Parts: sequence; structure tokens; C-alpha cells
Amino acid sequence: MVVFDRPHALLDVPFHYCPGCTHGIIHRLVAEAIDELGIEGRTVGIAPVGCSVMAYDYFGCDMIEAAHGRAPAVATGVKRSDPDHLIVFTYQGDGDLASIGTAETVHAAARNENITIIFINNAIYGMTGGQMAPTSLPGQVTQTSPYGRDVKACGYPVKICEMLSQLEGPEYLARVAVNTVPHVRAAKKAIKKAFQNQIDGKGFSLVEVISSCPTNWGMTPEKALQWVEEAMIPYYPLGVYKDRSAGIIPGAKEA
Amino acid sequence: MAEKVLMKGNEAIAEAAILAGCRHYFGYPITPQTEIAAYMAKRMPKIGGTFLQAESEIAAINMVYGVSSAGKRVMTSSSSPGISLKGEGISYLAGADLPALVVNCQRGGPGLGGIQPSQSDYFQATRGGGHGDYHMIVLAPDSVQEMAQLTIKGFELADEYRMTSMILADGTIGQMMEPVSFDFEIKEAPEKPWATTGTGMKRPHNIINSLYLKPEKLEETNIARYEKYAVVEEKEALAEEYMMDGAEIVLAAFGIAARVTKNAVKAARAEGIKAGLIRPVTLWPFPKAYFEKALGTAKEMISIELSMGQMIEDVRLATQCRIPVSLTKRVGGMIPSVEEVLCAIRKAAERIGD
Repeated sequence: MVVFDRPHALLDVPFHYCPGCTHGIIHRLVAEAIDELGIEGRTVGIAPVGCSVMAYDYFGCDMIEAAHGRAPAVATGVKRSDPDHLIVFTYQGDGDLASIGTAETVHAAARNENITIIFINNAIYGMTGGQMAPTSLPGQVTQTSPYGRDVKACGYPVKICEMLSQLEGPEYLARVAVNTVPHVRAAKKAIKKAFQNQIDGKGFSLVEVISSCPTNWGMTPEKALQWVEEAMIPYYPLGVYKDRSAGIIPGAKEA
Repeated sequence: MAEKVLMKGNEAIAEAAILAGCRHYFGYPITPQTEIAAYMAKRMPKIGGTFLQAESEIAAINMVYGVSSAGKRVMTSSSSPGISLKGEGISYLAGADLPALVVNCQRGGPGLGGIQPSQSDYFQATRGGGHGDYHMIVLAPDSVQEMAQLTIKGFELADEYRMTSMILADGTIGQMMEPVSFDFEIKEAPEKPWATTGTGMKRPHNIINSLYLKPEKLEETNIARYEKYAVVEEKEALAEEYMMDGAEIVLAAFGIAARVTKNAVKAARAEGIKAGLIRPVTLWPFPKAYFEKALGTAKEMISIELSMGQMIEDVRLATQCRIPVSLTKRVGGMIPSVEEVLCAIRKAAERIGD
């Protein structure tokens, strides 16, 4: 008999996330991957600043809370302290990773730092109440883009997977979503691979997860999942952007 | 007697750090401290350590935060503008009670300032430098020998109190060469059961954190941290007294300013002026007791600084303004001459009718 139970790497505590937020699903996928790979006892997670700031209370492995955007640098330090033993992952939102922490992200990738990054892109600053994110879509209404994101005034969204895929450094870059069951399954596979790569010493692996924010998008949870499908995914196409070991390297194709 | 080697101050810091068991160094190039990074780049790969040139000062201090979280001795070094960038990370280290060593080989400021020696980061160092209520242990070497010695002491104190230690040096001491002995007894790092080294599935998870959303809890952690600081102030304040017997004119100077001042004090004594020097070795905790004791004979004090007057405030606080305290300074990379300091001593002697 298969019992659908809480993964061991997730603690039995209530999450603070809003109803309909997909952080819960992603936490679960990370914890399942840790369980299945049998690495909880040697894993250290780094929590960001943002909605998932208190992830350190939810994961059962050792946890560190980093300054805003600095998680890849903190992870670099932890990993370098005991590279043969420790498995290190960061869990970061879009403001954290793609705005204030862009430099730390790019350079950890360029160094092919042997860490795993779970990057949650929900196109908005959730924790602070719904401001425009580096990944907010053109025209998206937020608290700080009340007339819609005007690309003439505030530029275009940052596409992290596409951008990092131009670097020689990183091993694995994939964008997934969790708005449908098939997408959740694909996300799980990518997240597990991102941890497996680290175990195998292959290097920097980042999984961008398109997430939803019903509260700050002003939608029902169901409508928010639809908006992921209809607005987010067309702008942020899902797929593997780089997988060095599998020969998926942008620009390597013949003309 | 132990063998001495001729070294630059910055190199002495690096070698001492390695002796102290530091195997992780993260830095970003900036004059006048780059010799530390260069030394580490050469040595660390040979001894199984990590030298990593970070993408920024901000990244470097956060890498320090990571290694310290994992329980290892770790350091970074920079100079004034770079230390400002590290301020965020230093505040987080304090908030998470993590031990680390940070070297500030000071240069003139504000802004990009210059690349010549300065002591104008005194406030930044002794008051914390970043946001929130906290202190670092601040050590002020005045020789290449002390660059080595205080580096080791810095690691030991950092581990003992779970605090950041800062070596507050300057471009002169960093760059000058002197003979130095590395014959030290070194306390090994203590057990760190709080470190995030993996649970091994044998204990509940450790959390390194500086976030407390409940105000009463945050208040409690701040108060507990200041109780620890009170112990540091009680036990670790340190100064050197030079020609303080019956001193009526007491000079206060640290680092390179103290080297100059010693010569001036000696010259003043030769002229029959009862001058003496208190050289704070710890800037935080400030060695107040030495100044209180000096009030027994002192009639005036002079603070000699490479700043517009920063340590002078601590001298006034330590003496509770009971006697006049004046300032003799050069800034912007300039260093006061022995003659300038002697001149200030003579004027004070005239005022007190010595």
C-alpha cells in the first residue's frame, strides 16, 4: 500500500504561506528529492529574504538564513567548507535572486559552484505586499506599477535561465512550473536532477519554478494557475536551457 | 629566541591567519591591503585551503558568513570603501552570533578618498558599522609583529565570544616591513555544536539566523548579546602604557599614530616634560580603566589621530571630561611628524605651567 505522507525532510509545522500559494508544492518537491536521494543528514539549505524567508523552520536539514540576495555567496562558503560531504541548496524568490542578488547569482554560475539553486519566479514581491519584480510581465499591474509595467520607464523582465545559459560555467539550467499535474511531475524530475548533479560533482544547477501569487495578483488560486499557463509560461517558456552532461548547450547548434 | 623573518604587515596577517587554522579566505582587490589576498592565493592551494577572489566585497563577506556557519575559522580583508560594502554582512554576522575575522587596512575617505594611510574608520569600527545594535572586537596593531599577534588573538576572541573581530590597521603598517616572529601558542577552535554541518540524522536541525519577527524575542536576543559584550568589556580591554609614571600630559594614540607619538613622548621627557602615552590595543572594548587610572596625575590629555577627531570622543567619555582633551591630527593620508606631536605636548605643558 502506498501512503501519501509528509516527506521526512519537511518538518511537521504549519506553513505561513497564503492560501493557493504554490510555495508549499515546491517545498514538498525539494523535500521529496532530498528524501529519495538520502541526503538529508548532510544537506544545508539557505533561505532567502522574501516570502520563503522562514523556510528555515520548514526543512528538517540544517538551515541558514541569508541576507537579501546573498544566498549563492553564503552557499559558496558553506560548500567550500566541506565540499566532499555537504550538499548545499538555496531557495530564492525573484526579487532576491534576479534583482538585489543578480551579481551573486551570475558569479556563482560563472564559477560553476557545485550548489543547487531553486529559484521561485512568481513575477511579484509577495512578502512586502505586491511590488513590481524584476520578472513582472510587461503591462503587469502591481503596487509600484499601478498603471501596468511600462517597459519604456522600467525596462523588461529578466529572463534568468536564458541569461545564465550564455555562460560557460553552469551545468544545468531548467525552467519548470507547478500549475498542472504534468508540470509538477516535470518540476520534481528537474529538482531531483539538480541535487543529483551536485552529488555527482557536476556543478551549478538552477531550477526556475514558475509560481503563482493569488494574493498579490488579486486572483483566486484557480485563476492564478490559469494566469501562469496563459501569461507567464508564454513569456517564460518551460524547458531545459542548459544541460552540459546531456549535450544541451545553447549556441552549439550548427547554423 | 625564535627566528624572525622580514615581512610586510599585510603578509604577517596572512601567515598568522594560516597558523591560527584559518583555511578559508575570501576577498576582493583593493589598495592598500592586496598583499593579504596575494599571499593567500599562493599559500591556500598548497595546504588544502580555499582562496577565492569574490565578485564583490558583499559576496566575500557573505562567503565568510557561510564558512562561519559551518563552524570553520574564516576571514576576509579589505580597505575602507570595501569595508563599507561589507557592513551589511558584518551586521548579519553579529545578528547570527557568528565568529569571523575582518581586516580593515584603512585608507583616507570619505568616498573613494585616497590610498594613503588613515584612521578615519574608527567610528565605523568601534560602533559596529552596519545597522542595528552590535559591536565587533576591534584590535589595533602598531607593528608588523602585532599584525601577526593580534590576528591570532582576533580568531581566538571571535570563537570565544561568537563575535566578529576586526583588525583595524592602516596602509602604513600594512605596507611596511619589519622583522616578525611566529612563535605563538595558539588556542584551537572550540567545539561548535551550533554549526550547520549537516544533522547526520542524529540531532534536530541547527539554524543560523538573525530574524526574529516577535519584538519581545528580538529584544531578548539584543539584551543577551549586550550581556556578553559587558563580559568582553570587563575582561578583554587592553592598552599599552608608555612612560606613564607620573604623567601630567597623557597622549592617546593607536596604530601608526602611536609609533610617532612614542618618539614625541620620549623627546618631551628628555626636555623634562612629564608626558606619557596610553596606546589602546583594543579599540572596542575601549580600555577605559587605563584612562581612569591616568587621571591620578594627568592634567591634560591629547588625542593623536589620523582622523578629524574620532577616538577623542572615547577619551572624553573614559575621563568623563574631568580634564581638557585636545586633538592633534593629520588626515587624508598625511601622518603627523614627531615634531608636530612634540609641539602639541610643549603647548600643553605651557598651559598647565609644568
